[in-house]
Amino acid sequence: MTAVDSAAAKATAASAEPLLRVEGLVKHFPVRGGVLNAVRGHVHAVNGVSLAVYRGEVVGVVGESGCGKSTLGKLVIRLIEPTRGTITYAGQEITGLGHADLMPFRRKMQIIFQDPFSSLNPRLTVAGLLKEAVRFHRVVPPGEVDAYVSGLIAKVGLRTEARGKFPHEFSGGQRQRIGIARALATNPEFIVADEPVSALDVSIQAQVLNLMTDLKTDLGLTILFISHDLKVVEHFCDRVLVMYLGFVVEELPCARLHERAMHPYTRALLGANPIDDPDDRRPLTILKGDVPSPLTPPKGCPFAGRCPQVIDRCRSEMPPLENKSDGQRVACWAV
Amino acid sequence: MSTTDPILSVRRLTVGFRTDLGAVTAVDDVSFDLAPGRTLAIVGESGCGKTVTSKAIMRLLPERTARIAPASEIILRDPELGPIDLAKASDSQMRDIRGSRIAMIFQEPMTSLNPVFRVGWQIEEALKYHTDLDARRRRERAIEMLRIVEIPSPEKRIDDYPHQMSGGMRQRVMIAIALCCEPAVLIADEPTTALDVTIQAQILELMAGLKQKLGTAIILITHNLGVVAQFCDEVMVMYAGRAIESAPIRDLFHHPRHPYTRALLDSIPKAGGRQHAKLPTIEGIVPSLYDLPKGCRFADRCAHRQDRCVAQEPTLDADASGRRVRCHFPLAQPRVAPSASARGGAA
Repeated sequence: MTAVDSAAAKATAASAEPLLRVEGLVKHFPVRGGVLNAVRGHVHAVNGVSLAVYRGEVVGVVGESGCGKSTLGKLVIRLIEPTRGTITYAGQEITGLGHADLMPFRRKMQIIFQDPFSSLNPRLTVAGLLKEAVRFHRVVPPGEVDAYVSGLIAKVGLRTEARGKFPHEFSGGQRQRIGIARALATNPEFIVADEPVSALDVSIQAQVLNLMTDLKTDLGLTILFISHDLKVVEHFCDRVLVMYLGFVVEELPCARLHERAMHPYTRALLGANPIDDPDDRRPLTILKGDVPSPLTPPKGCPFAGRCPQVIDRCRSEMPPLENKSDGQRVACWAV
Repeated sequence: MSTTDPILSVRRLTVGFRTDLGAVTAVDDVSFDLAPGRTLAIVGESGCGKTVTSKAIMRLLPERTARIAPASEIILRDPELGPIDLAKASDSQMRDIRGSRIAMIFQEPMTSLNPVFRVGWQIEEALKYHTDLDARRRRERAIEMLRIVEIPSPEKRIDDYPHQMSGGMRQRVMIAIALCCEPAVLIADEPTTALDVTIQAQILELMAGLKQKLGTAIILITHNLGVVAQFCDEVMVMYAGRAIESAPIRDLFHHPRHPYTRALLDSIPKAGGRQHAKLPTIEGIVPSLYDLPKGCRFADRCAHRQDRCVAQEPTLDADASGRRVRCHFPLAQPRVAPSASARGGAA
């Protein structure tokens, strides 16, 4: 547990400079339609998210479909442009940087997608698609590219024969290994992992999670781990941000997550997950209703309509994300 | 017929497919019983044959490429119709049974509902084929079904199109269609896999409540072992087309006898477990159905493999307590049965 403690200590030490700092990040996607394709409204995907990720930490982002977690992941590495807010990487603001200035950061920040089949070029062999990234970013001198690529393939636990094969020749778990190798090709410091194990069978999921644990330790990676599965996040991450309708509603350390969780939504997420013990049968936590539309987010707390602890104030005023003890932040009027 | 007779008995179910790459046997000699009012879980990883098993029972397999082997029996003992072998039933018999005596819900409610018809029409369609209700009664029954599956203001939502509903509501409509004729058996193929966890909880609780109210026997196909632990009575584990272990729920979770079952249970991250610890894994991948090994299909991934496992495939044998396991060297059971499994029957 030393890794957890040190990461938590880092997180609480105000003096330490985070590797990634995000302030007030907002992303609205225009919705077009009708005559002349006019903008008819905006999807409020991310609504003022602030977070800090320290070197060597794994920070989880959980939430249900449409909560903005994937948008957040793409925003922080500037795959999409924020509507407002700032992103600072290793002390330098990267929000306004142009294409050329961003290049060194692109090399340091990489992403692993949920479905590697749709993110890997089907016309390139494994060696081909890894070499492309290595050459583009001039990671190693041209003469060493071959050896470097072989090293990458070995590092993610694939056999040497994989070099000449195409992505479609692999199983789901192996493909995700290629996706990981592709992300590691540029020798990054920071990785956004967007649901990297969600599409995999449980036995394969464990293999890929173990691989990521090894790589994280060996290469000293810092990871933003996006997932809908709290069990996986609890296992793999140091801290977790819980998102709902584009807002961070709670941030807390993963150690003793079940005891610490305070926000009614986090508690509901934990209680809705069926426990894999037939002797411990208990009713699941049932939330009434559905997530409100991100086109017209409610005025107060976005969770108010489904919250079992709702009070009048929740419907009129959005609660701020307040510091509690131990690096925990909660946005709720009722706790 | 005594009440303990299984409502559904599957014997030696074998399903082959003709494909461009040759013939494969996707389900190989699978047998199981389903008792009235009980829930049987079929678990396993992608390609293990769990969905093909359920589609074979419904006779929804593509006729041109799939073939149920002649020795297969799927006996439905419906109180109204008497015993029928669904594997050999005619198409018109199946049309009467499907949706009325056996119903099915699928993983993706958007693709299994017809997008161009209102949801009320789709519920009423099932009633039109299987009951004598007139149009007005059918509509009343459809509204009642929507109320039973807890859709708010059902009188209004009955005229919605599927796209006007959320994923959870669509799955509720699917359940309403499946249950409107009060089938004896409900097959739920990954009914909550595409849903968020809070919506999954709503659907699971709804199904558990309806099972109690209507006494429907359920086959629940899932890969989520938490869902199995919380909602099922018996489990059958499948691997590469074979049933490899079946047992009452508590026995299976506490004392899995097949090494694959054990490994599957171990590989899930545990709530409150040690963080960043290595998860026990199953090395390697499932063998291709086109190139199955001669011996045990799990042998090359098994930590307990011995020479015999590679040479000869084990049979599915029942032990003294009636549990079945397909392994030459099954994991030992504890000598003293713990209180947990003794309580098993009471649940």
